[in-house]
Amino acid sequence: MSDYDKLVPSPTPDTQPYWTGLQEHRLCLQACADCGRVRHYPRPVCDSCWSMNAKWIDASGRGKVHSWTITHYAFHPGFKGDLPYILVTVDMDEGVRMNAQVRGIVEADLRVGLPVKVGYDKVKDDLTLPVFEKA
Amino acid sequence: MSLREAAAVTGVGETKYLRGTDRTALSFQLEASLNAIRDAGLQPSDIDGLIPYGHGAVAEDFITNFGIKDLRFSATTPMGGASAVASIQCALAVIQAGICKHVLLSLGRTGYSGGRIGMRVQQMPQFRTIGEFEMPLGAIAPAQLYAPMARRHMELYGTTSRQLAEIAVTTRYHASLQTNATMRSPITIEDHQASRMISDPLRLLDCSLESDGGAAIVISAPDRAKDMAKRPIMVMGVAEGHPDSPSAITQRPDLTTLGLAKAAPKAFGMAGITHSDIHVAEIYDCFTYIVMCQLEDLGFCKKGEGGSFIENGALGLNGRLPVNTHGGLLSQAHMAGMNHIVELTRQLRGEAQAQVPNAEIGLVTGYGDMGDGAVAIMRRG
Ligand SMILES: [Zn+2]
Repeated sequence: MSDYDKLVPSPTPDTQPYWTGLQEHRLCLQACADCGRVRHYPRPVCDSCWSMNAKWIDASGRGKVHSWTITHYAFHPGFKGDLPYILVTVDMDEGVRMNAQVRGIVEADLRVGLPVKVGYDKVKDDLTLPVFEKA
Repeated sequence: MSLREAAAVTGVGETKYLRGTDRTALSFQLEASLNAIRDAGLQPSDIDGLIPYGHGAVAEDFITNFGIKDLRFSATTPMGGASAVASIQCALAVIQAGICKHVLLSLGRTGYSGGRIGMRVQQMPQFRTIGEFEMPLGAIAPAQLYAPMARRHMELYGTTSRQLAEIAVTTRYHASLQTNATMRSPITIEDHQASRMISDPLRLLDCSLESDGGAAIVISAPDRAKDMAKRPIMVMGVAEGHPDSPSAITQRPDLTTLGLAKAAPKAFGMAGITHSDIHVAEIYDCFTYIVMCQLEDLGFCKKGEGGSFIENGALGLNGRLPVNTHGGLLSQAHMAGMNHIVELTRQLRGEAQAQVPNAEIGLVTGYGDMGDGAVAIMRRG
């Protein structure tokens, strides 16, 4: 029984491997099985060659901060206890972006290009969310 | 075949805008529609095309309430806050195709009194992706999803919160000149800077209102428009534009460019005019930053120069480009931009409450969801 009261994802067959990877502390990104293009967020078709053959790669988990916001207002009651919280948009080394909260990074650290690496935050038994830490 | 001057705005209508009501969104939508139809000098049963805003009354409601005997077309343009202006393009197309003579665009909402943006958003098809991948991380509301665009602009170009404040201050001043605006007390840049942070860099006074009310417009075929109650306002150019990565801002190659950047050259090209011909502009203003970004994407200034473009009251009635002369979503009411079309029509008729002298050509934009855009350029007919 969990008292987790935040929004939770509803994975689909197209997206489940991403979430399963996080549970195993691996960052799995979807890539085209034909042309190799890495894509995020997961989806059925490659927008480069229109192939529907997909594979999953183990990503480096490393990237650089592209932008960010610091939220001071709880738009969902579950996040009230987190305020204020930092959400960073990160350019991953694989060429896609990720969005996540930070761990061990404070407002004064934030700058475009700040090197970060992904971490894993097990918020309940069946859900691990990505976070970003200083690289 | 171009849609240039394929139709005209012939009627506009609004309800009283409120922050607090026990009425339904449907009754606001129908009241605003009746006001627009009356303004056009038509009977409700004359309407033969409907493009209601996506989340509200449906064609059946209008047929039932207005006694429309032969509705020939109904559609929605699901682009969030860009829907109202995008539906102008749709209306022109069905009028030019000969399907309709009088198309009604309408919206009613109880954004203040009814449910605020609830968790159902996570389930809406256009938000399904961020519903799964961003909302669980705490990136839930538009203010949070758009803030990284503003932050990126600030980091790249040196844009400041005080520059964004200019938009809030000017828009509030314009609202203070209106009888039908919900926030009419003037504010200063210092008031903006003292307002609480919502999602950095966006403060409370960077954000639009939640409102109750309705707004509507009637678009008519040119052969009818010339003999109607009011001077027709001709649509010279119109286009919609969808941004790269329309489902997730996070994945957009350039965070500082919106779908409007694709629409603007098409609309200006169709209209055959340049930016210096525009006397007044009603720019979708869910957030101050979105106004500034659209001014860049429209081509009023270069990308990155929006901050200096809007300084020193440039968007005021006597400024270089009068913007949101009705008070916009920031201070009049959040009517998803239908009120912007109403105001542009009144400006070009010369019947606005904060009238730009001799306004003959103007522009209106819509912005919605994760960056959809639309723009219409109109002239006094
Ligand atoms: Zn491919």
